[in-house]
Amino acid sequence: MVEIQLNGEKRQLTSALLADLIAELNLSQQAIAVAVNRQIIPKSRWAAHQLQVDDKVDVVRAIGGG
Amino acid sequence: MNTENTQGLTIAGKTYRSRLLVGSGKYKDLEQTRLATEASGADIITVAIRRVNIGQDPNAPSLLDVVPPSKYTILPNSAGCYNAEDAVYTLQLGRELLGGHKLCKLEVLGDEKTLFPNMPETLKAARTLVQDGFDVMVYCSDDPIQARMLEDIGCVAIMPLASLIGSGMGILNPWNLSLIIEQSRVPVLVDAGVGTASDAAIAMELGCDGVLMNTAIAGAKDPVRMARAMGLAVEAGREAFLAGRMPRKFAASPSSPMAGRIV
Repeated sequence: MVEIQLNGEKRQLTSALLADLIAELNLSQQAIAVAVNRQIIPKSRWAAHQLQVDDKVDVVRAIGGG
Repeated sequence: MNTENTQGLTIAGKTYRSRLLVGSGKYKDLEQTRLATEASGADIITVAIRRVNIGQDPNAPSLLDVVPPSKYTILPNSAGCYNAEDAVYTLQLGRELLGGHKLCKLEVLGDEKTLFPNMPETLKAARTLVQDGFDVMVYCSDDPIQARMLEDIGCVAIMPLASLIGSGMGILNPWNLSLIIEQSRVPVLVDAGVGTASDAAIAMELGCDGVLMNTAIAGAKDPVRMARAMGLAVEAGREAFLAGRMPRKFAASPSSPMAGRIV
């Protein structure tokens, strides 16, 4: 079981593949961006990217703001 | 001052019909956001980049559902960032989530109370972003030297504050704004401090290429109505600027002829 930080909170992963995490969060079809340890991972690489223990993952979206 | 284009507003080689840019924050709900944005006539709308709420309902409507990229030019901003690194990171995420869209608004704040820009960090972030291929519209102080530095770095628009973000105090230093407008070879947009329609008109009369506002609309009693007012104000101010105002005089000058008076 790989434990990572997802948006600042600890999470145990069922699969180390980033694409699986995004799918589990029901975000695969949303306008989001993902970074692992402050490195942007483009959508095209989600299926290939393996998450490691203690990775810090940011999943972000656009919200109302000035 | 860039007087080439008298029709639309050209930023980074693309021309927009509206010279009013709006933020998307502080609205009551997404429906009000949608209605106000439509009423404003704005083509460009700024958005913030924030972490997704893990566990939120993915089918709940989101901002980009009501102000879609197919209809508007979405301008991610680095709101809430206090150093160059965070601002750059945030805008890289913004570019990614918009599928490689290069236009962004850079904002690096100095303190929470005034939300005044941290200019050294802003310059640093601007250099990195321009090198990374972004078209940077930059929130900055109304210091003409800083403005020129940002332009020399390659920013595509200079956006000095008229007064503090969210303060509605209006154009506090029209002289500085004029200095920046006069020297700038890229568009100058007032960003921050507009409170009501006359403020937007004054900014345009001074020669600004556009105005960016959020609280002035969202914080009005009737945001949709104010959005409409702002669209009109920006157009009126621009027309007045292009028309060339009459000179100010210290003496009166009658509008009616002296000849043929009855008395």
